[in-house]
Amino acid sequence: MDVVNQLQRQFIDYSASLHREGFLDDQFTQLQKLQDDNSPDFVVEVASLFFEDCEKLINNMARALEQQQGVDFKQVDASVHQLKGSSSSIGAMRVKDVCIAFRSFCEAQNRE
Amino acid sequence: MEEKMGGSNGEDSGEDQFPVGMRVLAVDDDPICLKILANLLCKCQYQVTTTNQAIIALKMLRGNKNRYDLVISDVNMPDMDGFKLLELVGLEMDLPVIMLSAHSDTKLVMKGITHGACDYLLKPVRIEELKNIWQHVVRRKKPDSKDELAAPNHDKSRGGTGEAGQTWVACSSDEKVNKKRKDQSEDEEEETEDNGHENEDSSSQKKPRVVWSVDLHRKFVAAVNQLGLGDQAVPKKILDLMNVEGLTRENVASHLQKYRLYLRRLSSVATQQANMVVALGSRGPSHLRTGSLDGFGDFCSFTGPRRFSSASLPSYQSRGTFGRLNSSAALTLSGISSGVIQPGNSVNGLGKIQPVVLPANQNQNGALFQGITASIELNQLSQTKSTNHFGEYNCVNERNVFRISSSFPDARVVVGSSSNSLSTASGNALVLQGNTQEVQWSAAFENLPSFGMTSLNRESNDLSVLGSSNCLEHGRCSENWQGTVQLSNFPPSNEQLPSNNLQESIPWRNSSPSNSRIALSSMASSAVLGDSRADMLCKAGLNNSYSHVDSRVSASGSMMDQNNAVSSNTNDVSLFSHLNGEAPFAVRHSEGDKSSSDTDLRSNDNFLFLQSKPQNGFSQNIFESLEDIMSPVFKLEQNNETAFMDGGFGFDVAHPLGSCM
Repeated sequence: MDVVNQLQRQFIDYSASLHREGFLDDQFTQLQKLQDDNSPDFVVEVASLFFEDCEKLINNMARALEQQQGVDFKQVDASVHQLKGSSSSIGAMRVKDVCIAFRSFCEAQNRE
Repeated sequence: MEEKMGGSNGEDSGEDQFPVGMRVLAVDDDPICLKILANLLCKCQYQVTTTNQAIIALKMLRGNKNRYDLVISDVNMPDMDGFKLLELVGLEMDLPVIMLSAHSDTKLVMKGITHGACDYLLKPVRIEELKNIWQHVVRRKKPDSKDELAAPNHDKSRGGTGEAGQTWVACSSDEKVNKKRKDQSEDEEEETEDNGHENEDSSSQKKPRVVWSVDLHRKFVAAVNQLGLGDQAVPKKILDLMNVEGLTRENVASHLQKYRLYLRRLSSVATQQANMVVALGSRGPSHLRTGSLDGFGDFCSFTGPRRFSSASLPSYQSRGTFGRLNSSAALTLSGISSGVIQPGNSVNGLGKIQPVVLPANQNQNGALFQGITASIELNQLSQTKSTNHFGEYNCVNERNVFRISSSFPDARVVVGSSSNSLSTASGNALVLQGNTQEVQWSAAFENLPSFGMTSLNRESNDLSVLGSSNCLEHGRCSENWQGTVQLSNFPPSNEQLPSNNLQESIPWRNSSPSNSRIALSSMASSAVLGDSRADMLCKAGLNNSYSHVDSRVSASGSMMDQNNAVSSNTNDVSLFSHLNGEAPFAVRHSEGDKSSSDTDLRSNDNFLFLQSKPQNGFSQNIFESLEDIMSPVFKLEQNNETAFMDGGFGFDVAHPLGSCM
């Protein structure tokens, strides 16, 4: 039991720090609230889904950006948009902010 | 993927559990958002169904009209634009739709509103916002349900409801059905049963939804036309004119609003395409067959203003409102034709037509448009059933057509079993309808084709010569067609009227315009299609030949016939919806997509390709099986061409027809 408690505390601390640093925001807390007896692994499932999705999107983006002959910004933009949506749903605030910045780059068609 | 999550509702035996247990359908391509959304909704105690594809969502919605109370949809989706889905749902099922997006751009929100969304939420979605979405459902139901639904009884009491349910069901059935549907088809069953059933679980206020059956819609359109689409068309007056019991002003008002939007859309579309290829098919097939409302979808797609927005037609079909194409695409055609018929001036006609068409279409053929696509003629034909429609259709069409389009050569209307009605001389789409019933059609077509065709030429009407004459009589038709086919005469792309229907393979004599010929010939060949169907597809042939865009139609037309798809019923009339570009309609023939070739229009059985001429939009609508018809856009624009495709042929022959005669 102790171990469990310890782990729990660690977890709390960790998430608190993440919050503070701005990695996570309230949305994540809400997500946690959603987890209950009916869906015990909710947060875990969502998080893993998020990772998978992210990976896919990032790969897409990388591929699109690496194109030699003119980067297809629209495509990149679409991917970023989706990433932004996902990350904001899950509460990954930082990722979301980065996405926003990314999008403005896309609009400026600035590859850098 | 779709999953269903049970909500907690239901158990409460409380009377008014609403909003608990409200059934929500969530659509979003992002699995994370979808999952979270689903979870949040469950927390609000709603019943959630999710899917990540809009197409599946539509199918589910169409599968059972009363299964859901609310739809939440993402804006950016890979398979279908969120706004488009929004429109379709709104038109077909009249369900409140909430848009969802990570974009907070004002323009997008505005777009959502103009397309009819009830609300626009931003991602990430918060539970507080979701807690309130039920208000949209209540708001929609409010006007109607007040009377009948005495909420407490019917709704909730689930279990025991027995009686309460019964009564309510009865009431609601009435209400809902009140539309003609109810009387006519007991299959409103859905309603009745559902109602009862729904009552229970549905959140109490379930107001029996008014189903705009074909008949009902027809009346509606008739009333609107009578009043004129301007300021005179106020719901109250329309309601009075329609004189349907159980219909409330609010029902009419909301339907009127949708109708107006639809017309507007059509006119913008029509302008572009002169030919309305009755693409309806595209829509049609699915809906027509299934009866689902697709029609509406198409409805909108109406290309070219004049044309009958095939789209409108589609709406007919699928929508219950139209009375569903009844099994046979026929209806669709009818719807289309009706839509088509309208041509001529503004799309309005379409609206009219549609109603007309749809009624009764039960037969496939009939439904198809008999009016519209002349091809639909199908009435033929074998289907016999359709013939009825045509008559109806035509009549209706005629009326509509005339009414509406005034431009039409009213001769067109010919249809009427008198077959020749087509002469609509106006050149506008001839709605070949006259033919009503196969023979009639043929007769009509025969006549028509000649005139229509010719007339079409004149105007450039593409007259879809609906091949209707085609097959008409089977033997007869061919004759006529030839003459009509002459359409080719028509100048520009004339609408090559739909393939000679079937059987008759009416050799379109395209003598005139090259286009027409082409089609005709094809038609002729296609005409052979077998009995039923309207081989109209000749059109397809024609269409192809047509330089005009419609060829699409023709292609579809050919499709249409596909061989008769005659099966008429189901032909997916994917006709031509494209006709002009309408591509969307691409009548897909379910049946066999026949000629998948370009012609989207596959008009299943009967479609006539109404090829709408590019010219003004003469969309000949190829009526492919009804469905296509719808789209046939007879674009009559040009001249009014509105070639009606009345039932079957709706030749849009906008002008020429008249002259031909």
